[in-house]
Amino acid sequence: MSLLATKDLTIRFGGHVAVNAVTCAFQPGTLTAIVGPNGAGKTTYFNLISGQLRATAGQVTLDGRDLSGMSASQRTHAGLGRAFQLTNLFPRLTVLENVRLAVQAARAGKHRRGFNLWSIWSDHRELTARAHEILRAVALAPKEHELVAGLPHGDQRKLEVALLMGLESRVFMFDEPTAGMNAAEVPVILNLIRKLKEDASKTILLVEHKMDVVRELADRIIVLHNGALVADGDPAAVIASPIVQEAYLGVAPTVRAGPVEAVPGASREAA
Amino acid sequence: MNENMLSLQGVHTHIGAYHILHGVDLTVPRGKLTMLLGRNGAGKTTTLRTIMGLWHASQGRITFNGQDITQLATPQIASMNVAYVPENMGIFSDLSVKENMLLAARWARNAGQIDAERLKWIFTLFPAVQTFWNHPAGKLSGGQKQMLAVARAIVEPRELLIIDEPSKGLAPAIINNMIDAFGQLKASGVTILLVEQNFNFAKRLGDTVAVMDNGVIVHAGSMKELAEDEALQHSLLGLAI
Repeated sequence: MSLLATKDLTIRFGGHVAVNAVTCAFQPGTLTAIVGPNGAGKTTYFNLISGQLRATAGQVTLDGRDLSGMSASQRTHAGLGRAFQLTNLFPRLTVLENVRLAVQAARAGKHRRGFNLWSIWSDHRELTARAHEILRAVALAPKEHELVAGLPHGDQRKLEVALLMGLESRVFMFDEPTAGMNAAEVPVILNLIRKLKEDASKTILLVEHKMDVVRELADRIIVLHNGALVADGDPAAVIASPIVQEAYLGVAPTVRAGPVEAVPGASREAA
Repeated sequence: MNENMLSLQGVHTHIGAYHILHGVDLTVPRGKLTMLLGRNGAGKTTTLRTIMGLWHASQGRITFNGQDITQLATPQIASMNVAYVPENMGIFSDLSVKENMLLAARWARNAGQIDAERLKWIFTLFPAVQTFWNHPAGKLSGGQKQMLAVARAIVEPRELLIIDEPSKGLAPAIINNMIDAFGQLKASGVTILLVEQNFNFAKRLGDTVAVMDNGVIVHAGSMKELAEDEALQHSLLGLAI
């Protein structure tokens, strides 16, 4: 049975249909890459799943439970974890404090209404132990007492994953996790995602433009184009399909900008 | 005329209490494409911002076409025919795509006065700019905003084009178009300085390369040499061999 599913998920902005009746189910223990041209609706699809945007029509379900009426934070508690490109870290707290807060938030959401100071004190040791466990898993344990603001970019990305683990997310959504990373940092984050994949109870969704990364990680690729789901399947087959070759990779000469001999208006430079 | 269009000598930059650039020496040869590489936090973006006068060098000297621009204000530098695309793209979200383009076109008072041939060329490279011409730029996707930012920088001929991570967030087909565009711009005589993380993109385009670490240039030379020397890539950029 699928863990996460969308049914006829749609959003319109005025006359523009940004995501158009996307029906798709995601199995636990798999990583699905979402590809498509810029503006195809990939990030908007994520926003609809995580609740940052409300759908015009359609449903999002997690374990068969309809999330459509829930806010983004309720969906996070329900198990949807989304990496936000560093904007959800607390820069003035340490690495350990960040992860402990996530663990604490997950427990509070599960067992109690909001935060309870007394229980926070009594649970402190247990929360810290769980935070340590997570930090070991993402290889950040040696830096647990460093301030987040001073961490290298790659480590901040690792921490972001650690927060999702702390929140006990069951669905991990990554939107271009390697964007703006240098070549040395990319393998670090890829290893981490690979490790998450080993847990057969989790589902991972990945928006990524780097095809070598997609080939390396994905069990399945879905293609969005003009808001609609236009291809879905085995990575090799989807990459080889005409829609991906032409509309996305730009291999066919028809969509490639033809060679322009000279830059129009360049002569003005002499003026 | 000096063969280097832009040169930085011993440039130090402080941002508040932080000392970011520790004596940057960088030359950008005329009519060539220079790639500035390095890990996150090495000082690449700060270098570009210091060139543009968005941070002021606390020490050292920056010359453009032989003229000292170290203490000039950003608009003065820009008006010397320099285009700059910042890391955050600097899109005006409430303006339409057309209005964003028009703001950058100093020769034009309305869209009709933008060089039609050049605009057609830009539309071929970045179709989204044409598709969303009358839409608010804030409604564009991340990648489309990036296209608009680059389109805006090349709407008119400039002598020097400085772009912070042009390939970020772009689909492969558009990256190919961008590689074509920079090649054509260079052929027309434009000097280009790019900060880039994507080494495959960098090596396809760069003539010369400078690598930064901890606020200084640790390597400068030809891109061809770096592209062929895997051991050097490994030691400078941490690329896996």
